[in-house]
Amino acid sequence: MKLYISEGNPHCLKVLAAVEVTKVQCDVQCVNHEERVVPFPRPALPALLLPSGGHLFSSNAICQYFFETSGQKPSTLISQWLEWESTELQPALLWALHMAVLQGKATEASKSLQGALSYLDQCLSKGTTPYLTGEAISVVDVVLWGALHPFLSDPSLALGECKSVQAWFERLAGEKACQAAAQRVLQGKGLEALKSFMQRQPAGQRRDAQSYGSNPSESEEGDRVVSEEEMESAALTWSRGLTACPEATERQHPIALPYVNNVPHLGNIIGCVLSADVFARYGRLRGWNVLYICDKYHAVHADIYRWFQVDFDYFGRTTTQKIAQNIFWRLHERGFLLEDTVEQLRCEGCQRFLADRFVEGVCPHCSYPDARGDQCDKCGRLINAVELKNPTCKVCAKTPIIRTSKHLFLDLPKLESQLEQWLDKSIGTGHWTANAKQITRSWLRDGLKPRCITRDLKWGTPVPHPDFADKVFYVWFDAPIGYLSITANYTDQWEKWWKNPEQVELYNFMAKDNVPFHSVVFPCSLLGAQDNYTLVNHLIATEYLNYEDTKFSKSRGVGVFGDMAKDTGIPSDVWRFYLLYVRPESQDSAFSWADMALKNNSELLNNLGNFINRWVVGDDPRGGGGYL
Amino acid sequence: MALKELSSLEKFLGLKKPNKYSTQGDNKVPVLQTNSGPAVGLLTVCSHLVKEAKRPELLGTSAEHRALVQQWLEYRTTKVDGCSREEAKTVLKDLNLYLQDKVYLAGHCFTLADALMYYGLHPLVVELAVQEKEQHVNVTRWFDHMQHYPGLRHHLPPVVVLRNRVYTSGHH
Repeated sequence: MKLYISEGNPHCLKVLAAVEVTKVQCDVQCVNHEERVVPFPRPALPALLLPSGGHLFSSNAICQYFFETSGQKPSTLISQWLEWESTELQPALLWALHMAVLQGKATEASKSLQGALSYLDQCLSKGTTPYLTGEAISVVDVVLWGALHPFLSDPSLALGECKSVQAWFERLAGEKACQAAAQRVLQGKGLEALKSFMQRQPAGQRRDAQSYGSNPSESEEGDRVVSEEEMESAALTWSRGLTACPEATERQHPIALPYVNNVPHLGNIIGCVLSADVFARYGRLRGWNVLYICDKYHAVHADIYRWFQVDFDYFGRTTTQKIAQNIFWRLHERGFLLEDTVEQLRCEGCQRFLADRFVEGVCPHCSYPDARGDQCDKCGRLINAVELKNPTCKVCAKTPIIRTSKHLFLDLPKLESQLEQWLDKSIGTGHWTANAKQITRSWLRDGLKPRCITRDLKWGTPVPHPDFADKVFYVWFDAPIGYLSITANYTDQWEKWWKNPEQVELYNFMAKDNVPFHSVVFPCSLLGAQDNYTLVNHLIATEYLNYEDTKFSKSRGVGVFGDMAKDTGIPSDVWRFYLLYVRPESQDSAFSWADMALKNNSELLNNLGNFINRWVVGDDPRGGGGYL
Repeated sequence: MALKELSSLEKFLGLKKPNKYSTQGDNKVPVLQTNSGPAVGLLTVCSHLVKEAKRPELLGTSAEHRALVQQWLEYRTTKVDGCSREEAKTVLKDLNLYLQDKVYLAGHCFTLADALMYYGLHPLVVELAVQEKEQHVNVTRWFDHMQHYPGLRHHLPPVVVLRNRVYTSGHH
């Protein structure tokens, strides 16, 4: 057994005295303060190398060990005193030593020890034995003597009227063991001898309440007090049960309507539903209150989206016309609707007015040959169908003729300044993709023109105004209002989502051709209605997804459509992965069968599949060590 | 904290009747009234409970073992309890090195030192980031062992411990 001590280290007093008192066979070696005897990141002395090869570096544990090997049994009383010494006396002592040795403030030092000393004095005076635990010196006496020796032996420190402590201390000071220990550690220099040791110690401090560890949880010990209101609201929530609607909170994001008049193709799917689905899943994982809605045009859509594992909160068809009509009347009352006669295309062959998308022709702006009746896919500008050069009816390919008819217009110029003000805020604070910003800006730059919101069609939402009884709303006036109606179908609390711009964040996902309807036309309808509607905060638009090297085209049957994806037998997760992989973020991208096979093999199978497989198998077959 | 810890320890020791504790002083030192007078202080009370449960081996099986147990019990109350953030780092570093080649704190079997150190370290370990847990992998390994030690955890929430390394040594 070997005991390492260092001179001028107050903790060595007790262990040296313990060696002498118990007469344990032990080598004592004096080392430098900084010597690392114990395999510890910092020096810890005194230290005892045990016969087993282990180390003790707590002076009290060393003393206890010496006393136990010499036949003194541990007891509750001993344990209690030693615990008091280490948790109550030592912190006070460290502070006192710091004050007395390093700062020369003897009075401060005495003051900080007063409490501990009077407690000790009380215990000694109540007891009938000369030593703390009985008739003979025990480990407790040695430990406390060692701790207090630097102070009690110094005449300059007035320690007050602790007569019993004085008597006890003098009894111990008479012991040869203690005298020898004191001489060895302090070398007759008193407190001065401790200076170099104390300088290496972290400043003695009073334990502050700010520390953590076990203390802070103390405040959580009591039961949390539940207020009356909380109980009431809990009871109310309980009684409402699970049928209750979701409360509007921070975030929501309906998606853009998939405006597809037949089966959606992959470009439709990635642009809005799939992008929005990924975001909605993310939002749910984050614990946001997400409402993900989609308008349903066909049962076909429902099947396809279900197969693609798109998790709408609500997937419905607009059946409520109340909201659309309400917005219409509010716009009308506030003078944001204009009446005008328009020239319109009518196909004599089909005996009807042609809906915009039933007309194709040459774009009057960029001369793109496949421009549609409402918009050019090439330059993105909106077109009035009559402006098309060489218009043709998409049904019978005849040339339609122009007829006039009275229509209602949304007065966009009147709403322009309001819109600009709002756009500055929304684009400034929200996430708008570059193309969404650019398209919106180009619209404003060209100046807004009144926009026709009625059509001479048989199907659609009827216009409630008696003068326009045989007309229906233009789909892009009506369709975005569908977001509100769908929400109203889902929950009667729809106004908490849609008339709550302070608490709700609205995200729209779409392909870039739908941007103007969501950034200009629809917001103008809502702003003009002046009913505190929630307006879009984030507008995420994709570029186009091409098919191999050409455009997806439903009419020409080019491309992969939702139902075909299912029929390939390739799992929907693979489709989801690949479509997200080639998602046209900042420029047009193309779907290619060869690339899909390649990405499936290299990314999904080789990289991700392998990675997961190693985890699941739990071991690297090449012997590189376990992963689990 | 101390009282919850004591009640968890009672359950762990299989003591049928929960004791009534009082506290004393500003530091809320737990006190237990026993047949032979009051036992004052967390360690003293715990040692008393261990004896009451007739599990003396939890305090050590030899003089040397008992001294080691005492040393780590003392470490818990003097270094871990009420430590500052800075001191917490030192504690974790100390223990991480010490536990490098050890399964238990004292000797080759579970002792009271492991139990109380687990209770005491919990608030520190709860706050560690994944990377910090990985840096103190020996502490984390020991800690995870303790929280899964039958009947020990009781009042404390489990701490998530990853079994694989996330950060390669070159990255920190």
